[in-house]
Amino acid sequence: MSFYEEVAANKRMTYLLFFIFFIFIMLLGIVTSYIMDSYFFVPIFGIIAIVYIIVSYYNSDKIVTALSGAKLAPESQFKQLHNIVEEMAIASGTPKPKVYVINDTAINAFATGRNPEHSVVCVTTGCLRRLNRAELTGVVAHEMSHIKNQDIKVMTMAAILVGLTVLMSDFLLRMFLWGGMGRSRSSRDNAGGIMIAAIAIGLLLAILTPVIAQIIRFSISRKREFLADASGVQLTRYPQSLASALEKIKNDKEPLEAANKATAHLYIANPLKGQKIWMKSMFATHPPIEARIKRLMSM
Amino acid sequence: MVELVLIGAGAIVLLGIILIVIYNSLIGLQKRVNNAWAQIDVQLKRRANLIPNLIETVKGYARFEKKVLTDVTKARTAIMSAKTPAESAKGDNMLAGALKTIFAVAEAYPQLKASENFKSLQEEFATTENKIAYARQFYNDSVMQFNTAIAQFPGNIVSGLFGLGKPKEYFRVDDAASRAVVKADFSDLA
Repeated sequence: MSFYEEVAANKRMTYLLFFIFFIFIMLLGIVTSYIMDSYFFVPIFGIIAIVYIIVSYYNSDKIVTALSGAKLAPESQFKQLHNIVEEMAIASGTPKPKVYVINDTAINAFATGRNPEHSVVCVTTGCLRRLNRAELTGVVAHEMSHIKNQDIKVMTMAAILVGLTVLMSDFLLRMFLWGGMGRSRSSRDNAGGIMIAAIAIGLLLAILTPVIAQIIRFSISRKREFLADASGVQLTRYPQSLASALEKIKNDKEPLEAANKATAHLYIANPLKGQKIWMKSMFATHPPIEARIKRLMSM
Repeated sequence: MVELVLIGAGAIVLLGIILIVIYNSLIGLQKRVNNAWAQIDVQLKRRANLIPNLIETVKGYARFEKKVLTDVTKARTAIMSAKTPAESAKGDNMLAGALKTIFAVAEAYPQLKASENFKSLQEEFATTENKIAYARQFYNDSVMQFNTAIAQFPGNIVSGLFGLGKPKEYFRVDDAASRAVVKADFSDLA
């Protein structure tokens, strides 16, 4: 696939993601309408879905950095990191992205945003402390390739849209627990209807969330990581730097606290350590690090 | 008869659209080459501007041959007044050689190496050096794409038609200078 086909495919995938999300929310609207016995809820849910998509599209970088606990890195304090990001921006011929850091000892990094003009590169402070300059450059080059290929658009929207469904199912199930206890105090007539709707949607979401996670796993194909490794090397022309960074990540046993299932696929290497083996292969968003190192070393 | 006219008009419109598309893509490539060149130029001048600072810092700790310092200054003037990629490349090669000598000499002075000022200068030079290399890489890739596009079939006709000009010049590193072994001469240090 050429670079332009790559970008076009990513745009298509983003629209598909919007469409699936919209259909999903409409489905919830229909279920709610059925339970509440009022068609009023279908257009309401439709409008909410569209507004949510538009707002999150234009603020995707802010939402993801906030979700990951990342802070804007001031240039005076992170001079070398800024220098490296600028070097890679020059090498790829794109504007310099904003630079963020996560205060965490784990070694990891991600890129987000909606296009190269509105993009963010984020690394952990563990990266800065434990990687040397060349290794850090390899990592940033990998992230820069995600930005240039516009992978960030799909990956970020997937994170936000799925993140919402996970949060919603959590919220509704919790509301059901609360409501169940509070019912004796307030016994209004339609409280029962709302309760049933909340339970139904909550259960539906709880059942559907792993399915959606699976869809994401397919849309955020693991080939993307291999591709970003390769195009990162095209920027640095030095495969050893990323290989040796990945080696350090492989031996790093620390999980990244701020990462969760919704954002895991954004990172350069799986931030959720210590999962069971079967969980790992079922929900793997990243190819095994050994395979990536092997490919880098044979370049 | 009417059909023929229509077909002819359609063909002309189609040809016009194709011409516009090719012309726009060529202009896009040309612009990218120019931007890439501007980026190299910025970084080369940036490095040249770091030099007085470096010399001031180093002077306090180490002593150099006069020749090294005059070489650096000469190279700096060459870069600041360069107009073409070839001239810039020449000045840059001179400078790279002289800078290597300065940093090699600095190795012998632990106090200098430990000073915060020198450390931050070292990072500044390292990053500028990298930026120059990456900008050159991007520039040369862009030049290659542009030159290929105006030499290949539909591009060559369009470029001839609108006078988009000659192939662009690559930014070459002078092989002799960059491959030479750096010799640090300590003989006249007191």
